[in-house]
Order: sequence, then structure tokens, then C-alpha cells
Amino acid sequence: MSTVNFGSRELYLKVVYYGPGLCGKTTNLHYLYSKWPKNERGNMVSLATETERTLFFDFLPLSLGEIRGFKTKFGLYTVPGQVFYDATRKLVLRNADGVIFVADSQAERMDANLESLDNLSDHLAESKLALDKMPFVLQYNKRDLPSALPVSELSAALNPRKVPEFEAVAPTGAGVLETLKAAVRLVFNDQKNKK
Amino acid sequence: MAQQMVMYDQEFQQISAVCDRLAREASAKVVFLVDKNGQLIATHGGENLDTTSLASLTAGNIAATGGIAKLIDEKEFSQIFHEGQRDNVHINIVGGRVILVVIFDNRSSLGLVRLRVKKASEELSKIFDLLLKKADQPGAAESPFAEISDEDIDKLFTD
Ligand SMILES: Nc1nc2c(ncn2[C@@H]2O[C@H](COP(=O)(O)OP(=O)(O)O)[C@@H](O)[C@H]2O)c(=O)[nH]1
Ligand SMILES: [Mg+2]
Repeated sequence: MSTVNFGSRELYLKVVYYGPGLCGKTTNLHYLYSKWPKNERGNMVSLATETERTLFFDFLPLSLGEIRGFKTKFGLYTVPGQVFYDATRKLVLRNADGVIFVADSQAERMDANLESLDNLSDHLAESKLALDKMPFVLQYNKRDLPSALPVSELSAALNPRKVPEFEAVAPTGAGVLETLKAAVRLVFNDQKNKK
Repeated sequence: MAQQMVMYDQEFQQISAVCDRLAREASAKVVFLVDKNGQLIATHGGENLDTTSLASLTAGNIAATGGIAKLIDEKEFSQIFHEGQRDNVHINIVGGRVILVVIFDNRSSLGLVRLRVKKASEELSKIFDLLLKKADQPGAAESPFAEISDEDIDKLFTD
């Protein structure tokens, strides 16, 4: 659910990073946090366990400059990836204006990717939203690892709809900004048709 | 559920005025209003606080307690109170839509805050009802989203 505030002249949008545990969602946010101009971002909030696994969500507020006299603000959220945090995942996903699915490229994580993607469409369906109507992009992360599957294979399995897809190595930032840009573009275009 | 929330200047001023008055009448340190999405709508005070993070965490808090309510077959908990050593936080859902947060210390009391929050919530509820009606009218102010071009979006990332 986006907000248009004519009082403060701000547009606010929410984007959620989704994906299996340890695929690199939090790392995407850490990278953006470290690179974003200080006065254009807020603090990063992480609700994590003692072992730094996401418990509820990470949150990073970013400003993206002005459009038509409105400051644009994005709230980036990550969901906890582990299967047993299903209830919290659902809460974080609520009111999302767009979703970035971060897939783990490693062959041994393919089942986890598929399961997480299924879980995403189930949750959206419960809120009467369809994944294929949602601004949605894919990121194939961990391209640096030896067991990374070819992109063609990941794409065939995870991206039947051929939404924008990006290769990434989140700790170095490769592909991180490109992924976000594509999502932002889809989100804005989607908002045009809404009311 | 509405896919977009629109806040007009007039209602924004009214809402800010309600928050200011609530802060005064309840002797509160900070008052802020957040939508369920985690976006800050209006604040009074809190210049030294990270209100953006507070807004997002408050929405998360409400979402989590709402989830708990559902599991034990309760309607949502409309009020939440956190008691601290020095500061206390009172959280309240207004009209099922927005979240009103009041931070206060021992210069005020829970009783006073509850009383004032009740009155402010009724006023805010009315304003939000009108706001929704207004946004539904065909002649409502044009959403800036409608005008956004591809170049606008490109420009966001070049500077
Ligand atoms: N080699 C490699 N490690 C990564 C990459 N992205 C994330 N990691 C590591 O994977 C682990 C889990 O990342 P995290 O962002 O916490 O995953 P999350 O559960 O999706 O939030 C961390 O140790 C990261 O440093 C990547 O592209 N390549
Ligand atoms: Mg994480």
C-alpha cells in the first residue's frame, strides 16, 4: 500500500526482499546501507537472533530524490527465510508494493528456492494478491560460489513469467543496485494504474 | 484494502493539530501517527529520536500482536502499553487503520494518557473517514504517480 502525502509532499512505497534462509537478503540491504548517501537514508533496523539470523525483519528506509515535486521514499524490508517463521513472513509481506525474490544460486539450495517461491505465492493469494500481478523481480545471488547453477537453469525453474532477472554477488554489491532499480521501475509503473 | 493511501494538505494540517494538542493535554513527550504500513504520517516532538525506525517497528509490533490476537481468537488488541524505567509507550489503533503512539514519562500518567488518547482517536477517526471519502471522489487531486514518466524514474538513480 503506497502513501501519497500532499501535506509533506512525499511518496512512500514498500518493497520486500523474499527468499529462502541465507540466500543473501540481509546482505543486499547491508550493501545498500553502506553505499547510500548518509543524508538520504535512515538507520537500518535488524530484528535478528543472537546468531544474526533474521527473526522478524530488517528495515532500511531510503530516499530516492524527487519526482514531480514529491520526495520519494522507499521502505525496504527483508523477511526471515527459515521455514518455521512463516507467520512473521506473512506479516512483513503485507502491504508490499513490490517484491524482490533473492534466489540462492547453489545447486543444493534449489529445493529451498522453489519452496520459498511457492510460499510467496501462497501468502499473496491469501491476501487476494497474485504474484503475476505484483511488481516482481528475481535476483540470482551467490554467483561467485563454485556450485552455482547456470543462470539458464535457474531461470527455467524459477522464472517462467520472464520477469526482470539479475545475477548478483551481494557482499561485493554486484547486481544489488540493478535489482533494486528494476523493482523501483516496476513499482512506479504499477502505481500509475492504481487508485 | 485500499492500495493507496492519499493524504491531502488540509487533513494533514488537521491531523498534525490533533497530535500537537494531544501532546499538550496528555503532557506527553512525543506523539506520532503511523500507517499500518510503517510510514510516519505526523509527529509532535521526537526531534532527537529516530522516528522513521520507530514508525516501522511500531507497525511491526501491531502486526505481531494482531497475529497473536488472531491465533487466540481475539479481535485485535486495540491498545498496547510498554512500561519503561523512565519512559512509557502507549500504542493505540485508530479506526482500524492507523496507529497512534504516545511516549510519556512520570510528568504524566497512564490514566491521563488513556483519557486524552480516547478523545484524540475519535477526532482522528473522523478525519480519516473524510479522507477516504475524499480520495474516492472522481475530482480528487490527481495522484502524482499518474504523471511519472520513464525519464523521471531514470533520473532517480543518476544523482
Ligand atoms: N559467497 C557468497 N556469500 C554470500 C553472498 N550473499 C550472501 N552471502 C553470505 O551468506 C550468508 C547469509 O546471508 P544473509 O544476507 O544473512 O542471508 P538472509 O538469510 O537471506 O538474510 C552470509 O554469511 C553472507 O555473507 C554471495 O553472493 N556470495
Ligand atoms: Mg536475513
